[in-house]
Amino acid sequence: MTAIDPAAEAHLAEAPNTPALLGPWALMWRQFRRHRVAHVSLYVVGFIYLVALFGEFLSPASHLATNTRAPFAPPQGIHIFTEAEDGTRTFQLHARGLKMEVDRVAMRRHFVEDPEKVIPLGFFVEGFEYRLLWLIPTNRHFFGPRDPKQTVYFFGADRLGRDILSRIIMGTRISMSIGLVGVAVSLLVGVSLGGISGYYGGWIDNLIQRLIEFLRSIPTIPLWMGLAAAIPLDWPPLRTYFVVTLIVSMIGWTTLAREVRGKFLSLRREDFVVAARLDGLSDWEIIRKHLVPSFASHIIASLTLAVPLMILAETSLSFLGIGLQPPIVSWGTLLKEAQNIRTIIEAPWLLVAPGAAIVITVLALNFLGDGLRDAADPYAQ
Amino acid sequence: MGGFILRRVVYMIPTVFLVSIVTFIIIQLPPGDYLDSLAAEMGEAGVDNTAVVEQLRAQYGLGEPMYLQYWKWMTGILLRGDFGISFEKNLPVTDVIWDRLGWTFAISLLTLAFIWAVALPIGIYSAVRKYSVGDYVATFFGFVGLAVPNFLLALVMMYVAFKYFGQSVGGLVSPEYIDTPWTWAKFANLLQHIWMPVFVVGTSGAAALIRIMRANLLDELYRPYVVTARAKGMSEFQLLLRYPVRVALNPFISTIGWILPTLVSGEIIVAVVMNLPTTGPLLLRALLVQDMYLAGSLILIVSMLTVIGTLLSDVLLAWVDPRIRYQ
Repeated sequence: MTAIDPAAEAHLAEAPNTPALLGPWALMWRQFRRHRVAHVSLYVVGFIYLVALFGEFLSPASHLATNTRAPFAPPQGIHIFTEAEDGTRTFQLHARGLKMEVDRVAMRRHFVEDPEKVIPLGFFVEGFEYRLLWLIPTNRHFFGPRDPKQTVYFFGADRLGRDILSRIIMGTRISMSIGLVGVAVSLLVGVSLGGISGYYGGWIDNLIQRLIEFLRSIPTIPLWMGLAAAIPLDWPPLRTYFVVTLIVSMIGWTTLAREVRGKFLSLRREDFVVAARLDGLSDWEIIRKHLVPSFASHIIASLTLAVPLMILAETSLSFLGIGLQPPIVSWGTLLKEAQNIRTIIEAPWLLVAPGAAIVITVLALNFLGDGLRDAADPYAQ
Repeated sequence: MGGFILRRVVYMIPTVFLVSIVTFIIIQLPPGDYLDSLAAEMGEAGVDNTAVVEQLRAQYGLGEPMYLQYWKWMTGILLRGDFGISFEKNLPVTDVIWDRLGWTFAISLLTLAFIWAVALPIGIYSAVRKYSVGDYVATFFGFVGLAVPNFLLALVMMYVAFKYFGQSVGGLVSPEYIDTPWTWAKFANLLQHIWMPVFVVGTSGAAALIRIMRANLLDELYRPYVVTARAKGMSEFQLLLRYPVRVALNPFISTIGWILPTLVSGEIIVAVVMNLPTTGPLLLRALLVQDMYLAGSLILIVSMLTVIGTLLSDVLLAWVDPRIRYQ
């Protein structure tokens, strides 16, 4: 304890007297943390993207594996203690096997949990083979039945007996990445068009503004439906994925372009821009070195708010059957399984589980974007 | 005011022209056309059809270059009010679409009324009682309303209505009233059904408007003129409605411009889920079977009516706010 670094000590002693000089990003972070819901949402969003990255590791079963003996199997609960014959309880995470019963009156099959059949569960269990992060071949899974031959449906199964939980986890990857890729496209288009519009002004500004007004004045869904319906069904999934992403990114860029234009207009006459121009910097250098950094935080906030819009757009299109097509698994294609009221009444988990995933994600992203927007201008007060 | 309206109408013409071109390109995008799929179907049935298909193709001008087809379609609409023919139903498009469009816009306008009726008082309340429990509740529901996609809400509502209230779901009237003439009983039945799509489509819009109203009003509430009026002894309620709310209303009105397109969009998607007799299911079906004139006419008319609605909201705004009129 004696060997305290003298420099650190001096720093500690000095700290209370001098107000800390914080950079703009540190100020933003401080402001952001005050918005408590947004702060929590940051971790939720981070968690969701982690789920997207480590999808195979987290899913207890293969999302494509069908099971003819478990169509519409209900969600199975996790039980903690097993009870022996003599009534002693032992700790053992387990699920109970499903027994099919036929209701002769209603002429329907339904499943009941069979307390006799104990399926032990555990962490880091063996399961199907996959490559972790597309690199490391392994067959370990975070949580699931100890016996790789068993399947436990934590969130129920769909009409082909596929595990909904695994499908939601794998769908996270598609749905979340559509949001990201779509936002990247809007960023590119929005910032360049908005920048040109605001920096040069004049007729080109007028043209771009009219284009934006035009795009905003027409109802989006019929147009998207038209565009999405034009995607041939026999295209490879990857190409469909990119075209759908392009279609949904068409909404995002107009808002962004307007925001960037407004910022350019207000900053164009600022002293530091004039000084840079007199210093002989080219337009491009001024934009890149001085203008963009000064409103980058605003752009990040609007981008965050655009992601949920795109996720919702993809979901809606896929739900209508004109966006992504099976076998691609996204939250939208999952909800497509719950399209008619009969299915929902028989198997509510088809609606509830993917629906909850969407709502939680969109809420978290909205809160996060809200917090970022508030924090984007730390000098405001 | 007359000059303002005229200018706006003139601005509208290129927009409408662009809409018609974009629409036409979109409906031409899928490879092949309806006759191809028809030929394939007939071929499967073992009918020799080349002659028939060729004759149809010539009749509709489907083999011609795109600009010529566009010209034919447009002149038909403008000169004769003829939107072409629906291949699948073998009827003129005009016979199929008008009552469906009527329903779409009836529901959209009702939704607009619903949104206003909900958002205005709640927005005012959340601004006046800032950070109260009611404000937090409104904010929370606002965020949830924005986060739940329309079709998901529709599915949940249908499930709840069916499971817990035993209401028949889907459609605008109960099955026994379809194809019967209008009576009071049918009207009452309609009212029992129509609130659901109105509510579903309106939630996200109402959520957004509550936020806007709250923010606008908060900007006004602490202005000196409000303090002055209060100092002069005006009752709080009267003061609120007469000055700050009126000022805060301006941006509120201008939002109709962007809310109308979203309402129409939302209505179309919800109609598919709830199986309403509106444009949604018809458009989806037409797009899937490449019934191109039907799909094109629907997209065109819906977009045009929306553009006109936006124009109306601009005129309304100019009427309320003289600053815009004289710009």
